[in-house]
Amino acid sequence: MTTQPAIEIAGLTKSYGDHAVLTGVDLSVPAGTIFALLGSNGAGKTTAVKILSTLLKADGGTASVNGHDVSTEPEKVRESISLTGQFAAVDEILTGRENLVLVARLRRLEGSGAIADALLSRFGLTDAAGQRVATYSGGMRRRLDIAMSLIGDPPVLFLDEPTTGLDPQSRIEVWKTVQELAGRGTTVLLTTQYLDEAEHLADRIAVLHDGRIIADGTLAELKQLLPPAKVEYVEKQPSLEDIFLAIVGHDGAASQGAQR
Amino acid sequence: MTTYVLHDTDVLLKRSLRHILRSPDTIITTAVTPIAMLLLFVYVFGGAIDVGGASYVNYLLPGILLITVASGIAYTAFRLFTDVSGGIFERFQSMPITRSAFLWGHVLTSVVANMTSLVLVVLVALAMGFRTGAGVLAWLAVLGIMLLFTLALTWLAVIPGLTAKTVDGVSGFSYPLIFLPFVSSAFVPTESMPGPVQWFAEHQPVTSIVNTIRSLFAQQPVGSDGWVALAWCVGLLLVAYALAMRTYRSKLA
Repeated sequence: MTTQPAIEIAGLTKSYGDHAVLTGVDLSVPAGTIFALLGSNGAGKTTAVKILSTLLKADGGTASVNGHDVSTEPEKVRESISLTGQFAAVDEILTGRENLVLVARLRRLEGSGAIADALLSRFGLTDAAGQRVATYSGGMRRRLDIAMSLIGDPPVLFLDEPTTGLDPQSRIEVWKTVQELAGRGTTVLLTTQYLDEAEHLADRIAVLHDGRIIADGTLAELKQLLPPAKVEYVEKQPSLEDIFLAIVGHDGAASQGAQR
Repeated sequence: MTTYVLHDTDVLLKRSLRHILRSPDTIITTAVTPIAMLLLFVYVFGGAIDVGGASYVNYLLPGILLITVASGIAYTAFRLFTDVSGGIFERFQSMPITRSAFLWGHVLTSVVANMTSLVLVVLVALAMGFRTGAGVLAWLAVLGIMLLFTLALTWLAVIPGLTAKTVDGVSGFSYPLIFLPFVSSAFVPTESMPGPVQWFAEHQPVTSIVNTIRSLFAQQPVGSDGWVALAWCVGLLLVAYALAMRTYRSKLA
């Protein structure tokens, strides 16, 4: 693992007309970590991700990914990243397998068929491989979407609200995948509006509000921003999610629930 | 670099050709409207139109070919719009592929789809009694003009495909293009039109293109119409290409 941060942002600004979305964002994401960018709708999370993935140009400030500046070396940046946007970026008319083969070919990899088959089995999509994506459920689509992003093993992965609109089981599947990736050394920057998602997944969390980062640190560090916890005895009630997962009988449910 | 453009374009072209193979209705729908017009005008109105002794289906076919392309490019705009409004456009743009390959993939798909529709229309016209003694060179010239015309209109279609906010906005732009041949020499000789209309008809691109194709099929000398038609096609192509590329670049800023 390198000591150089995977993502480095300084003084980043972006406006749409009179509307300032980012007003000076500073951020540093260490390589190999899961970093969550928290914020309400319209806080500028997607704008920040689009600038980092070279889809948008910033008005001011600098941003670099994997050591490459997004404005002066966009091609190098694109070689280092994969973007899984807010809406599943899959081709509805093609089959799941064809989608994976398409991305492998565009990345000019040898053996695109074998790459596709390996990912299909890893993401539990082998049975649906020959079906058109239009027939997939939301969770399957998201898994395919993430699988497509992993082709070519990019060192930095952007996940923009990866679990928005997913049912609880699919959400847990996505979480597992993300943790597995970080275990292999991939840097993951994920945006989310679900606080529990950030709490569950992220090594570090930054809060984006009114166009700037207002808090940045590990969960433990962020907790210290509040007065120390008092000890009270409260009967532990199961959350509705615990109950839902218990009665629908999802495998990972018991362990996931017990961790809270 | 050049080989990358070719490789990426090839991969993306095969992708959208597969889309067409899975929904061949887009080619059939494209061909149905011009074929219906062909039937309507030849068998219903044609008897009352005086085109100076020539067979009306021979007279009408060139204009119908242009209408086929004008309606076919609506699907080009639609396919682009679908990619841009879904997430796949952003995926491609954030990948290490040559950026123009995305547009070229769609443009070449449009050319293949429109050429297929044109073949369908010509086959129906042959069944309806269209005849020509045109040789290989004349057919190649017709093909060349239709290719240029298709490319010009396709690059024009790229603009609404990239910028439209709704599906209706995407399809709406092609209506004026489909209508343009009606105010030209495509259906009736321009001499039958009142002064100002005649002036417009004789100075808009469709008339010179239609006259050129008609002369080629009839083995007549093309005359100055050929150069005017060529100038219109190339001019339209260059302007549409420049505007489309500008739209594309501004979308990426």
